[in-house]
Amino acid sequence: MSIWEYANPKKFMQTSSWALPWVTGLAVVTLLTGLVWGFFFTPDDFRQGATVKIIYIHVPSAMMAINAWAMMLVTSLIWLIRRHHVSVLAAKAAAPIGMTMTLIALFTGAIWGQPMWGTWWAWDPRLTSFLILFLFYLGYIALWEAVDDPDTAADLTSVLCLVGSVFALLSRYAVLFWNQGLHQGASLSLDKEEHVADVFAWPLWISMAGFVLLFITLVLLRTRTEIRSRRLRALEARERMA
Amino acid sequence: MLALLLRDLRLATRAGGGFGLSLAFFLIVTVLVPFGVGPEGGILARIAPGILWVGALLSCLLSLDRIFALDREDGSLDLLATAPIPLEGVVAAKALAHWLTTGLPLTLGAPVLGVLLHLPGSGFAWLTLSLLLGTPALSVIGTFGAALTVGLKRGGLLLSLLVLPLYIPTLIFGAEAARRGSEGLATATPLLMLAGITAGAVAMLPFASAAAIRVNLR
Amino acid sequence: MILGVHDLAVTRGGIAILDGVGFGLRAGEALILRGPNGIGKTTLLRTVAGLQPPRAGRMELPPEGAAYAGHADGLKATLSVTENLTFWARIYGQSDIAPALAAMELEALAGRPAQNLSAGQKRRLGLARLLVTGRRLWLLDEPTVSLDAASVGLFAKAVRRHLASGGAALMATHIDLGLDEARVLDLTPFRAKPAAPGQGGGFDDQFDGAFA
Repeated sequence: MSIWEYANPKKFMQTSSWALPWVTGLAVVTLLTGLVWGFFFTPDDFRQGATVKIIYIHVPSAMMAINAWAMMLVTSLIWLIRRHHVSVLAAKAAAPIGMTMTLIALFTGAIWGQPMWGTWWAWDPRLTSFLILFLFYLGYIALWEAVDDPDTAADLTSVLCLVGSVFALLSRYAVLFWNQGLHQGASLSLDKEEHVADVFAWPLWISMAGFVLLFITLVLLRTRTEIRSRRLRALEARERMA
Repeated sequence: MLALLLRDLRLATRAGGGFGLSLAFFLIVTVLVPFGVGPEGGILARIAPGILWVGALLSCLLSLDRIFALDREDGSLDLLATAPIPLEGVVAAKALAHWLTTGLPLTLGAPVLGVLLHLPGSGFAWLTLSLLLGTPALSVIGTFGAALTVGLKRGGLLLSLLVLPLYIPTLIFGAEAARRGSEGLATATPLLMLAGITAGAVAMLPFASAAAIRVNLR
Repeated sequence: MILGVHDLAVTRGGIAILDGVGFGLRAGEALILRGPNGIGKTTLLRTVAGLQPPRAGRMELPPEGAAYAGHADGLKATLSVTENLTFWARIYGQSDIAPALAAMELEALAGRPAQNLSAGQKRRLGLARLLVTGRRLWLLDEPTVSLDAASVGLFAKAVRRHLASGGAALMATHIDLGLDEARVLDLTPFRAKPAAPGQGGGFDDQFDGAFA
């Protein structure tokens, strides 16, 4: 019994169909808990007022925007090295979710930024980095769409993901160098004390867990769809040959 | 490899080779900018390094899809892939040919265009130096994008979409070096970063490009 | 043995098209691949040339042993015949292109840009490229397309000389080249059967059971 067994599509379909309802339920419960707690049962910030509550969407989505790309990088590497189709299909499935998370982070940031900084958009390093990340998602998805043969597309997008990761990191530091910015530091951190107060932190942790679970749910769901559509292609091809 | 480089240079300078097109495009883009932002010298001088860098980058982009598409069409790419030189070498030679026919002319042409944009006198040397250090990265990264899209019928637009985000770090450090240079500030850090990006891209990306071409030829 | 192919399976667009192909080529031998359009002659040649990986089976072939000539000739329109040929000769580390020009009777056209050649002349130039590779195994995909009878004769002569000097040739062609010594391999019996559920071993077959 090794983890690679789940790379077998049959095994993956079986396990995911068993796990999906549980993960979905857990995601719903966690998200509801975190968001309801955050929105209705935390005090207003003395400086930021009620606007601070957007943090419960903004921070988790921003976190997932990055984590989704990290997951795509890992699964792309697994595809390139071990040629497990499920792995690369999971990367394909994760990309639109990651892109949406990036968009959510950007939009909630704009909504938050308007009252706080007096502007919807600033060329701040963090904001700019997310915009760049969005562009990388866009390119990755566009390449999947453009290439017809699934294995060719898988190889090309994986190479792009690899190279893109390096350049995304480079861009992050380039942007930091380019403009020092007005975004606050990390909202949550284990080793510093200066961040969000405890009353805000707990629902935030729960929201983040909820977003992680939501992401897993969506990736499982979309991977299953991708596998099914690959299956459909195979059946059609088989029919043509017969 | 030298033979391939010479062939590509020769092809570029023959009729229909497209040599000089990107330089002409660079000129037009630069001429358009004052029409857009107004003729006032102060503003132009301030934005000149950035405009020239963005212009050079776009001009470079223009010729990328020719790198492999033509060789793919006439079958040369298949033959090169089965030839004794490694595909990584083919890619490197093609990137070098692209730089010699695009990046280098753009670098040499940029100071002339700098005059049009009232680039401050101290900026010329730094602009040229930053382009000289940065344009090889543009060619190598562009070659990677061209390798990814070589199998596609209409790869041009996708190519831009894939390559432009990869150009961001190069653009930031390049334009920053040119800007600092024209304002008389220290330029060592961005220039070193730029050189680092170019060195890294030249060393690593040919492998990724060759892998992409192998996939596309299957 | 210049080329040994054992139990080879090839795919096109991810779908298996040939299965269990096996043959061998010794020095001085030529093998002609036959079969209806779409059977996979081109795919088989590209697989042997190393342009795409086989799905199964193995090939024995010395590294850098084969020269491939596909449907397109790899000519640059704005370069002259000499320039085109010299380029390929230098890629393969050769320097003398005169014998190749002579063998394909291209001397009179040497200075002419490739764009001003007729289709048959271009093809002859494409075949002359093989002569400057110095490789022992030729992989030829429809080499005689758009050649007139005299040029086919030239081509057959070049192949025969290549075989006599210890080379070998694997080609897909429909035209009788007059190479009586060449063996013929009909690919029709190797057509891949639509994989029975669960038998293919590929990704698409791995989970037939999951949808049962």
